[in-house]
Amino acid sequence: MEEKTQHIDVARVCELAHFDICAEEMTEFQAQLDNILAYVNKLDELNLDGIEPTMYGQPVVNSFREDVVTPSLPREDVLRNAPDSANDEIKVPKIVE
Amino acid sequence: MKYIVSIGLETHVQLKTATKMFCGCNLSTDCPPNTNICPVCMGLPGALPLMNKEAVKLTVMSGLMLGCEISKYSKFDRKNYFYPDMVKNYQISQNTHPLCIGGGVDITANGAPKHIRINHIHLEEDAAKINHYARHSGIDYNRCGTPLMEIVSEPDMSSPDEAMEYLTTLKQILVYAGVSDCNLEDGNMRSDVNISIRPEGQEQLGTKIEIKNMNTFKGIYAALEHEIARQTAVVSAGGVIQQETRRWDADLGETITMRTKENAHDYRYFPEPDLLPVVLDDETIDSWRKLLPELPSQKKDRFVEQYAIPEYDANVLSAQLPVADFFEKTIACGAQPKMVSNWIMTELLRLLGESGKELADIPLTPESFASLLKLLDKKTINMPTAKELFPELFEKGGDPEAMVKERGLGQVSDSGAIEGFAKQVIEANPKVVEDFLGGKGPALQFLVGQIMKLSRGKANPQMAAEVIKKQLGV
Amino acid sequence: MDLDISKMTIAAAADGMRAKDFSSVELTQAVLKAIKEKDTEVKAYLTVDEEGALAGAKEADDRRAAGESGDMLGIPVAMKDIFNVKGQPCTCASKILEGYIAPFDATVTRKLREAGAIPAGRVNMDEFAMGSSTEHSAFQITRNPVALDRVPGGSSGGSAAAVAGGTAIASLGTDTGGSIRSPASYCGCVGLKPSYGRVSRYGVTAFASSLDQVGPIVKNVEDAAILLGAIAGADPHDQTVLNREVPDYRAALAGASLKGLRIGVPKEYFIDGCDPEVMASVRKAIDMCANAGAEVREISLPHTEYAIAVYYICATAEASANLARFDGIRYGFRKVGPEATLQSLYDRSRTDGFGKEVKRRIILGTYVLSSGYYDAYYNRALKARTLIRNDFQKAFESCDVIMTPVAPTAAYKLNSTVNDPLKAYLGDIFTVPANLAGICGISVPCGKTSENLPVGLQLLGPAFGEVELLRAAAACEKEFA
Repeated sequence: MEEKTQHIDVARVCELAHFDICAEEMTEFQAQLDNILAYVNKLDELNLDGIEPTMYGQPVVNSFREDVVTPSLPREDVLRNAPDSANDEIKVPKIVE
Repeated sequence: MKYIVSIGLETHVQLKTATKMFCGCNLSTDCPPNTNICPVCMGLPGALPLMNKEAVKLTVMSGLMLGCEISKYSKFDRKNYFYPDMVKNYQISQNTHPLCIGGGVDITANGAPKHIRINHIHLEEDAAKINHYARHSGIDYNRCGTPLMEIVSEPDMSSPDEAMEYLTTLKQILVYAGVSDCNLEDGNMRSDVNISIRPEGQEQLGTKIEIKNMNTFKGIYAALEHEIARQTAVVSAGGVIQQETRRWDADLGETITMRTKENAHDYRYFPEPDLLPVVLDDETIDSWRKLLPELPSQKKDRFVEQYAIPEYDANVLSAQLPVADFFEKTIACGAQPKMVSNWIMTELLRLLGESGKELADIPLTPESFASLLKLLDKKTINMPTAKELFPELFEKGGDPEAMVKERGLGQVSDSGAIEGFAKQVIEANPKVVEDFLGGKGPALQFLVGQIMKLSRGKANPQMAAEVIKKQLGV
Repeated sequence: MDLDISKMTIAAAADGMRAKDFSSVELTQAVLKAIKEKDTEVKAYLTVDEEGALAGAKEADDRRAAGESGDMLGIPVAMKDIFNVKGQPCTCASKILEGYIAPFDATVTRKLREAGAIPAGRVNMDEFAMGSSTEHSAFQITRNPVALDRVPGGSSGGSAAAVAGGTAIASLGTDTGGSIRSPASYCGCVGLKPSYGRVSRYGVTAFASSLDQVGPIVKNVEDAAILLGAIAGADPHDQTVLNREVPDYRAALAGASLKGLRIGVPKEYFIDGCDPEVMASVRKAIDMCANAGAEVREISLPHTEYAIAVYYICATAEASANLARFDGIRYGFRKVGPEATLQSLYDRSRTDGFGKEVKRRIILGTYVLSSGYYDAYYNRALKARTLIRNDFQKAFESCDVIMTPVAPTAAYKLNSTVNDPLKAYLGDIFTVPANLAGICGISVPCGKTSENLPVGLQLLGPAFGEVELLRAAAACEKEFA
């Protein structure tokens, strides 16, 4: 098991989540999240060796769809929701690779 | 110092399904932008992925073709990263329990057989297409959600040529299995390449460089050659290769850093709760196994065995599935196997090559092809007539028997007619006859040729030779 | 016609329309009137499409004239702002979905329409269903109609406030960790969280995909049975819904009785730090069940104390991915920084588009999945979730239904937890285990505190045990009346 810290690297996590929060909020979140983290470390009390993880809402498997075409949405319905569009495409700032 | 090269490929292959991986949107390529989209492939709030059974089946079939072990239990995971071509900002992929494990591809390297191991094959969804303009970028989501199978090889290839050989063989097998068109122009088959070098004698692999998203074999070859030279230069100069992701710039002819290890993505994989795990029983796997075609190498062996044709012929004929099928169908119509094989290799493949056409696009059918060859075999027509008729059949199709009858092309095997021609030829060419009687072999061919001329190409050449010899008392 | 919506149940409205006492148009007009007159202080509703609602009512009346007569025909239903209803906004009480108009119907919306019900009005919630007080809405504070200085609970607080406040006959909410049961309990309504896989989640904006379920918040158990029957069942758009038959839940209530019912009372749910009045009220309710012939026994759900930790790891991890799609590109709120780059579009849209609680949870969820912490946090939580699931499986071997309080307290004062998220999270202790285990649960009013605040009794049943659960709840309801 990896080393646990009592401290979330909020700045790094914000980068992953695409949040650009102000210093004040950063401080507030840091304290609250560290507090929550300390609480959830309660799970360390449990011996979980050999326990299977529960990843799904019910223990069921195999649900498929047949490969049959179903109607798509009218393009207007989709583009109407877009904050910006041009030439029937959704417009974003120029992406530099 | 000599360096050993290790190359591994992650090849993304678009599966031949009618609909997308997780929704029922149509997959046709030539649709106006943003017309094949729905709440699922647009990542609208509340939309849920729906697993396409056909995509699972095609992936398992690929695994069976490539000798993989099919997982009894597999599941999907979310791979998290932000990019505008991923509507959910996570890609549904398979991280820990892929559908197929192990397997490999047999190639020929420097004339010797070599086995390139496959690590696993997993199933995932493709991203949207981003178009770049002067002042903005525009996104077309039609491609978003296209089923992709990712075939991950071990780093077993040691030269760009081996990588080409691997990709060509892989493509041949997948097209054979009918799981993908592997059409490179349409981006049906794209590869990420990883490559490292190490000094001869060193066991451990060198630091690997990944080169992302290449869709031509030529590009991969060039990128590998460049990268081997670059890495060799760095290491030879006492430098150290840093782990990083690069991209191939075809215009510059070099690879360029995309991101270093420090900037590597943290994908935060976790199980996809919206899709249930896939549990395959033997019965299902067996039923899919029954749908598999022969592997090219199996087909080759069978051709040698069943049709008694040389190994070389069998190899050429089995290389492309349509050609192999055409070969067998023509035989099924009663043509003689070796004859069919010769004609395909010399005439048919030549015309296909010259015209740039696919077998599927030409009007020539196995039936009419067989009919032509049977006319030849029964000596109803002779070789020159057959060769004259063939390009016409290739271009326009038709019934060779009717054509021969209509145009009076039937070979003259009537000994009376040939005897008459022979008499004329012998009388008209005393010098040549003398040569022939004097033992000059080619003189006979000249005389036969004259008979052919008189018969306007329709005389049976063997018979003509016999008659001449007989009349000259030889 | 003057129809009193505050007492109107689905069953009564259906009877009234069948008897031609009133039409769906009249009923819908009465609901719209009640919203106008009575929702000014409670503020349960975010948007009301009057025209659409009346058109739906007219259509229902036409269908009735053509011979249809189902229980849901012509019934207006208040929809939590999390459901896609074609042509309507669906903001999830978040700024980030500003301007989004749903181009499709959620499956529950479609099923309601097929049954002739009318999605009438969108009600408030905690932003993206993250919260237990409806104070985390980007748009407005909804008050508890029973005590206006208190929260209605959450996250489906708008649903409960509308039903309790007499501005809705019935409402549809979602429950990821108690978001139906807790507001139902705080406002004195009945709230049912079905088993995971009973109701489709298609078109329901996801919070935590392995925990979310849709369910009714209504005035009595019978209505819960009717509404569940209308929305449950297999769906080609949601592969996690089980392909099981949907029983006639309403008919199954006939003859419901407590006699011989084996009630398990988990000792871990009666702990220090809970409001003694709430505990006493729940104990008294259980005693009444015993007096009515039920067999009450103490049971143990030993891993209960870990449920909050497991829940806040699992739910936030899933949420961090589920809410990644809100990025300002394809729909909703977009803001670009002065640099006008893609990066600034992501950062500004998401930072300014999401509220604090949502950001807090996304950060936590991102963290527990990030490189180096997956095994330490996320995977441990998934394993502990197995223990919690096993606890229930074992418990249901010896009892038919488990009875507990819904929440450790009655409705609390506004603003009392907003700055202490952990304190707020701990309030979910009795409701989250059912979501983690995928089982069904219902909140039924069982008494009041000295301040006249409603107290809810939680009944829990095994997965797909909705018939037995509803029968037990109906019997309790009769007993407590």
